[in-house]
Amino acid sequence: MKAGTLRQILLITDGCSNHGEEPSAMAELAREQGITINVIGVMENDVIDEKGLKEIEMIADSGGGVSQIVYAQQLSQTVQMVTQKAMTQTIQGVINRELQQILGDSSTMEDLPPEKRGEVMEVVDELGETSKLEVLILVDTSASMKHKLPTVKDSLLDLSLSMNARMGDSRFSVFVFPGKRKDVEKLLDWTPNLEALTATFPKLSTGGLTPTGPAIREALTYFNKKRSLRGLLSHDDEQYFEESM
Amino acid sequence: MMMNNTLRNQCNLLPGSSITGKWNKNQYKIIKELGCGANGIVYLVENGNRHYALKLSDNGTSIISEMNILKSFSKVQGSTLGPSFLEADDFIKSGKQLPFYVMEYIHGHDFLRFIEKKGASWIGVLMLQLLTSLSALHANGWVFGDLKPENLIVTSPAYKVRCVDVGGTTLIGRSVKEFTEFFDRGYWGLGSRKADPQYDLFAVGMIIINSAYPGRFHKKGEGYSQLNDLIKQKKELLPYRKMLEKALHGKYDSALQMREDLVTVLSKQNHQKKTGTVQASTRQPTTRQARRSQNQSNKKMGGLFETFLLVAIISMLYVLYIYEQLL
Repeated sequence: MKAGTLRQILLITDGCSNHGEEPSAMAELAREQGITINVIGVMENDVIDEKGLKEIEMIADSGGGVSQIVYAQQLSQTVQMVTQKAMTQTIQGVINRELQQILGDSSTMEDLPPEKRGEVMEVVDELGETSKLEVLILVDTSASMKHKLPTVKDSLLDLSLSMNARMGDSRFSVFVFPGKRKDVEKLLDWTPNLEALTATFPKLSTGGLTPTGPAIREALTYFNKKRSLRGLLSHDDEQYFEESM
Repeated sequence: MMMNNTLRNQCNLLPGSSITGKWNKNQYKIIKELGCGANGIVYLVENGNRHYALKLSDNGTSIISEMNILKSFSKVQGSTLGPSFLEADDFIKSGKQLPFYVMEYIHGHDFLRFIEKKGASWIGVLMLQLLTSLSALHANGWVFGDLKPENLIVTSPAYKVRCVDVGGTTLIGRSVKEFTEFFDRGYWGLGSRKADPQYDLFAVGMIIINSAYPGRFHKKGEGYSQLNDLIKQKKELLPYRKMLEKALHGKYDSALQMREDLVTVLSKQNHQKKTGTVQASTRQPTTRQARRSQNQSNKKMGGLFETFLLVAIISMLYVLYIYEQLL
């Protein structure tokens, strides 16, 4: 099995959207295009209210990804864990699809005896290690996020450290919302190294609106604009694409 | 973590209850909970009068990966680093399938508690053992990854270091996915998270530092200079300074090379201990003098007290004598 490209959006926020499209609808749209959305809710001294928690969970659910609420101090570990877990989930989705074709309709990895599952898991681990990874990071810079941004920056550097240790290539891009004029603003173009963030991140001005939905929609077009990447889409990803439809 | 809470809610397994596997039908009676990690709960269980450790999880992926690692551990010749693997199965609890695996129960104290009880002189000896085990593991193409005192158990009566959590074990050349910041060279800005023998040796260095700083500390600014300063501040770390510097910078080619240096440090230390008293007498005259004068003043005070006591007794006897005479 050839390793393809795993595409993810990592949304880092601390509350509810208050502007534009429904975020979970946009997450659904992403999933339809084979892009997984993971959401991390960051708390510091504040807590995320019921409505915010629900939204975070729903975005990740619709986006086929993983969500987690954490205190800012644990952000580094969480960003790494969530990205890794979502990669494994996506690959497992692909493998389960293959298993269903071989073994019949309702079979998944869980239905195999542990020994066989172990063998399948070795393939999953191998793919997770060797596949290409693209993560578009979407950072909420609404006012309440301001003092959490240094921690966010550190955790993103840490993420690139972890992902670049893999055998497969990793590329990242960073967007913030709300942007100066638009809903979303590009901070860093696709790069394997997030070091360049150090210069741009502290200068961010924080705004009042939280247009999470529009931000996700914009981010998607950014994936789509990269036609050359679509050409790289492997057989596996197409299948995941089908599966999610 | 959230994951554990849901698992805990799902299966609050009390001592006395039992787990039966869906596939192999073996039954394990729960004796007590041993601990709970990021992706599962470990129980002490009993089957046919023998004790085992059983790890139960609601996360099928990670537990199966661990099972694979444990199996390959048992293929490493002569290594007794990790627990031996018994079997893997699924436990059906109210309709939900929870995967588990059973392994050897390693009984003993965790590393830091052992050092606390037995003294710092054990650090070096136990690290020698650990480095030997690591060298066997590395030779087989694996790196332990999540090396930390909590994962090290010292068994008795023959004191041996064993590892209990193998979840971070990674094939050399792949990326380390499970690690603890304090023991991770990536966190300290001293290297990548790509699995190589030096990754483990860095962690061994940090374990030695941790034994002098049980409370640990966070990274402030540039990683190495902070660590170097902290090493200098503890006299129990000074003998290891050169070795730690090399380990933290990934300068050792192999665990055995680091072991050799550690042997040298330990034998020097013993030598120093024997000659230590002589050295102290020549090197620190000021403190000794101060101590002597303190002793002298103590003696003076004692003499005064003696005189006073003597005078008091004699005058008491005299008073008694006068009293008797008067009667």
